[in-house]
Amino acid sequence: MTVRTGYADPRAVAAQVTDPEMPMLTLADLGVLRDVEVEGPGHVVVTITPTYSGCPAMATMRDDLVHALTDAGWSDVEVRVRLHPAWSTDWISDEGRRALREHGISPPGAAPRRDGPVPLNLMPTRRALTCPRCASPAVEVVSEFGPTACKASYRCTACLEPFEHVKEI
Amino acid sequence: MNDDSVYDGLLGGDDSQWAFGTDFEDPLAGVDTTLPEGVDGAALAAYCLMLGDDALVLSHRLSEWCSNAPDLEEDIALANVALDLLGQARLLLARAAAADPSVVPVLPEGSPVPPEDALAFFRDQDAFRNVRLVEGDRGDFAVTTVRLLVASTWRLALMQRLATSRDAVLSAIAAKAVKELAYHRDHAARWVVTLGSGTEESRRRTEAALATVWPLRWELDRTHEVERTLAADGVAVDPADVAAEVDVLLDQVLAAAGLEVPEVKRTGGLGGRTGRDGVHTEALGKVLAEMQSVARAHPAGRW
Repeated sequence: MTVRTGYADPRAVAAQVTDPEMPMLTLADLGVLRDVEVEGPGHVVVTITPTYSGCPAMATMRDDLVHALTDAGWSDVEVRVRLHPAWSTDWISDEGRRALREHGISPPGAAPRRDGPVPLNLMPTRRALTCPRCASPAVEVVSEFGPTACKASYRCTACLEPFEHVKEI
Repeated sequence: MNDDSVYDGLLGGDDSQWAFGTDFEDPLAGVDTTLPEGVDGAALAAYCLMLGDDALVLSHRLSEWCSNAPDLEEDIALANVALDLLGQARLLLARAAAADPSVVPVLPEGSPVPPEDALAFFRDQDAFRNVRLVEGDRGDFAVTTVRLLVASTWRLALMQRLATSRDAVLSAIAAKAVKELAYHRDHAARWVVTLGSGTEESRRRTEAALATVWPLRWELDRTHEVERTLAADGVAVDPADVAAEVDVLLDQVLAAAGLEVPEVKRTGGLGGRTGRDGVHTEALGKVLAEMQSVARAHPAGRW
């Protein structure tokens, strides 16, 4: 990648754009930002991988990337989608996990690895979590579905605070 | 008096295209949609419409629960599942449009409606290729749950195999869908167990739901000509190949719920034709009337 004088480093600019739903995470920390390439004078191509198929935040992420890079002097900003491989919570960086916990959101564990048919699970999903506020392991799931597609709702039975957990996919 | 409006400029000065927003983004921007060698674009488009329409119509039925579900958590859960399916539908309809642009309804010149929206909002009932299973009235919570169990069990088994499709776009959409369908299915399965082993009333309703949903199951297992052709090409999955796995899983869930597999008569097609051929029940007309009326009133609208 070549950075032309007169333009801000596009990789650094794109990496600072944050997730609209979880603003403590940058798109780079979330693992959505896959690639930033300069393709000509003022022309930069950003490649992103969507999180969930129906995530309504994707359009905002694209807009925010275009605005940030345009403000940094790039006149022709193109955002491309890369569907393969599919996004996984394993792509959330260590820094991203730290930021989530700091903001009271429990970061995901390792995503399930699957070979062959997905086994049926009739019991609640088991996770070894600790409360992001008081660090107690005494937590219970309230619902596998939460305020955004990527989160489950939990409650800490020690400090009694509710919290969100980013689900492993 | 100041005539300035914060909305000026939002549409580049052309307010004839006003509808409810401005945001259009191609969900396949930058994705290589070249057809795999030897694959017929029309057949691939038809196949994508089958899988896309299943997701779109089921998503609509599930979203009817929004603000009406038994409790807040379930309201959010069903909306979440509906949103995932809507996302899958959007990608599949966009793939259909890219594979064969002639399937996309022609809109007035200058209409900014993207192809996948034109497919969703401007096709008539007989152009929809979803199975009839997903279009029936949402019914009570038991009907919704049993239908979601059947639809997601089938779709998960199918998408797992489709992840190795020779069409790179379809395979990527499928690999992603698997992650989502896994929790859709398990959510529905847990509820069927809860309802089946709950109160007398929940059990009675679940048995009635099985009797409502089961007569339409066979349509999922039947191989359509398009599926047969594309499966032979390594692009599609022959539903006959997933039928056994689906049966085993559904038996497992019903056994855990203490419910019997109902003995029902199949809902017939029309001269051998079914939802996959565009033959639908009256229920789909009602879904489309609600889903499409606003878009059709503003064919040049920006959304």
